[in-house]
Amino acid sequence: MNANESPLRAEPVLRTRGLAMDYGQGAGRVHALDGIELEVTPGEALAVMGPSGCGKSTLLHVLGGLERPSAGEVWVAGRRIDGLSEKALARLRRRAVGFVFQAFHLMDELTAVENVELPALLAGRSSGAARRRAAELLERVGLAERASHLPSALSGGQRQRVAIARALSNEPLVVLADEPTGNLDSVATLDVLRLLDSLRSAGQTLLIVTHDERVAATADRLITMRDGALVDETRLTRGTSGSLGDLVGLER
Amino acid sequence: MGRVVLVARLAARDLRRRPGEAALLLLAIAAATSTLTLGLVLRGVVSKPYQSTREATAGPDVVVGGIADRAGVKALTGAPGVVAHSGPYPVVAAALAANGHTVVAQTEGRDSAPAAVDQPKPIKGAWVQSGGVVLEAAFAEALGVSPGDRVTMKALDAPRAPGAKPSARTRGPGRSFRVAGVAVTAAAPPYPEPACLANLCQGDADTGLAWLTRADAMSLAADKQDVGYVQNLKLADPSAAPSFAARYNPPPDASPRAGASGPPPTILQPWQDIREASANLVKNQRRALMTGAWLLALLAVASVAVLVGGRMADQIRRVGLIKAVGGTPALVAAVLLAEYVVVALLAAATGLAIGWLTAPLITEASAGLLGSAGARTVTFSTVGIVTGVALAVAVAATSVPAIRAARTSTVLALADAARQPRRTGWLIAISARLPVPLLLASRVAARRPRRIGLAVASIAITVSGIVAALSAHADIADGSNSVRADRLNQVLLALTITLVALAAVNAIFVTWATALDARHASALSRALGATPQQVSAGLSAAQVLPALAGAALGIPGGLALIAAVDPDSTTMPPLWQLLAVVPATVLVVAALTAIPARVSARRPVAEALRSELA
Repeated sequence: MNANESPLRAEPVLRTRGLAMDYGQGAGRVHALDGIELEVTPGEALAVMGPSGCGKSTLLHVLGGLERPSAGEVWVAGRRIDGLSEKALARLRRRAVGFVFQAFHLMDELTAVENVELPALLAGRSSGAARRRAAELLERVGLAERASHLPSALSGGQRQRVAIARALSNEPLVVLADEPTGNLDSVATLDVLRLLDSLRSAGQTLLIVTHDERVAATADRLITMRDGALVDETRLTRGTSGSLGDLVGLER
Repeated sequence: MGRVVLVARLAARDLRRRPGEAALLLLAIAAATSTLTLGLVLRGVVSKPYQSTREATAGPDVVVGGIADRAGVKALTGAPGVVAHSGPYPVVAAALAANGHTVVAQTEGRDSAPAAVDQPKPIKGAWVQSGGVVLEAAFAEALGVSPGDRVTMKALDAPRAPGAKPSARTRGPGRSFRVAGVAVTAAAPPYPEPACLANLCQGDADTGLAWLTRADAMSLAADKQDVGYVQNLKLADPSAAPSFAARYNPPPDASPRAGASGPPPTILQPWQDIREASANLVKNQRRALMTGAWLLALLAVASVAVLVGGRMADQIRRVGLIKAVGGTPALVAAVLLAEYVVVALLAAATGLAIGWLTAPLITEASAGLLGSAGARTVTFSTVGIVTGVALAVAVAATSVPAIRAARTSTVLALADAARQPRRTGWLIAISARLPVPLLLASRVAARRPRRIGLAVASIAITVSGIVAALSAHADIADGSNSVRADRLNQVLLALTITLVALAAVNAIFVTWATALDARHASALSRALGATPQQVSAGLSAAQVLPALAGAALGIPGGLALIAAVDPDSTTMPPLWQLLAVVPATVLVVAALTAIPARVSARRPVAEALRSELA
């Protein structure tokens, strides 16, 4: 069930208050994030759009605990994380966050199934349990028969599906995807969109940074950023409402 | 010409851009070339001074010695081939006390008038006179006495057979003598080699040589049976001395007849044997230095290979740029090789200079020979060998990465994606069952098996050197010659420190190169939930595991090295020392790698992942 369909307002999976992130000093100082106020409820799919350099990826990194904000608060599953130690942040990522990157970031020397099982092994699961979970996920993303292939033997779309399967390995509260179709051709993009849509339908909380309107259209809500700030918010209903929803859809 | 200038310019700029790495390369190769130079310089350091001393002192071709058998010794003056002689001279074993030391001295009674054969040459003071003693130069230096000082001498029981130990029992009240002079001779090797005139003393004893007048020498002897006799012979053909000696010496399997009735047989010692014995002190040091030099050269190859490999990981985009602007693969390889060849040549020059400058620290031990102090000579062959080794180290270590870089696709190089990690399936499968730090360590190690091989080799070479040094120490501890032990200990200590320092630098290189190479995998592991501590421990363990293997291999390697270098006298170090080497190595490597591993593991994840996209 989607959050926007729920009669009761659930505890947000992600929440920020006055979030700011600065790079550099003096005249060269850049405000990558500027007073971001955001909430993502369980099961919600949120798309973040905006021009290059507007702070989308930085927002995603801060939400996932990969970077620390210069100011403001970040809450994940009701726990404030902006002051946590690196060790605690690592534990949080293991348990609560799955990442999908534009460049896939698969380990080149590991097969598809070995890549997918890695987060479970890092979380301390037994090798057998990690392997079974990885096999299930590869089945789910339609790559069971490619499990023993190295990334170099997979197409771009297949690599990104492996990366998505890896992100789901520890059943995270939220999947943070950074331009998941940025390196893919049209056919592969469609494959990944279908997969993201199925995750959304299954109630997986998603935050997707994208330039691609078709990807954004799969979300429940779209926010737009410019110069580090949120400048627009649109609630979508899968291709039937909202400005983007009218323009694009999976069937196109 | 323009191409050569371009190669030189690109190589020079890259070296200037990374002065720290260039300095480390220089250090690694210079350590090997310095040691090699020292070993090569010592090769000719004794033979020439011995020859000079022989000429200056009318050195004997054969020294004849016997206990209480003046007639038997004298009988050889008429042997065929003998053209001149001096003696027989009486020899009395005495305990000589000076400056708080008491040591055994062979005291030879000589005439004040010069002898036709073996006339020791005073280099300080004068020749023997009544009441005055002349000491062999290296012996005087070890005792710290000069002409004008006084020494006390008491007779000892003389050995009853050539090669037997003199008794520690002294006889009589002892006499005080003024040191009249300090002299050199070619009839006996310089102290601390035992001054055994025709083997009239025990080989391993700290025995020096002193000269008195005949009357003074005889006054030390309480019993005629304690007096030995020495005669110096000149032959018509000095090169025939070994065969002459062999003709009159007792058969090699005849045991000394201590306590048997009748005088023991006379012993003849050819000058070639004395020359050989004169080189003993430096020979051991030279052997240690040459062994150390080859170990250091091997270690330098490992250091340079690791450093170059690490630089390639960092430099691959630069290679792409050179090729993108029109550089051919040959040009790329030439630039990379030129950098290391320049460093190697500088290291060769540094090594030659250091070896030449430090040689006197070792050659001064041969002060008992004329011209020893100035005997260091860097010959063309030394320069050639040292330069050749330095270049070989550089070329052996850099040619593979240079050719690999030259062959790299320009597009891949520009994308900085050329160095694909290796996949070791069985290790990946096993590592899934290990705790997270070991899982990461195994996978990091498996990505670059060549680098791990170099790390294992580096530690194995170092531990082999340490085990060989421990064995040499154990051998020294068994002996009694403190001067010789001190000299060899100093050389071994210097070699061990150099080996360990170079291995330490190597361990840091390897960790740095591994961390650099694994930066993406480390960042990704952290993004997927590994803590910085787990990543840091993994990087460190990736060095510690090869160190463990290297240390385990180094122990038999060191024992094999000892057996190869000195098959005649192999002394095993104490077992506890051998066992302690392994954990000590692992602890040192863990400590050395902890800091670079920690620094690398704390690099911001987002930055590392972003840089992969740049």
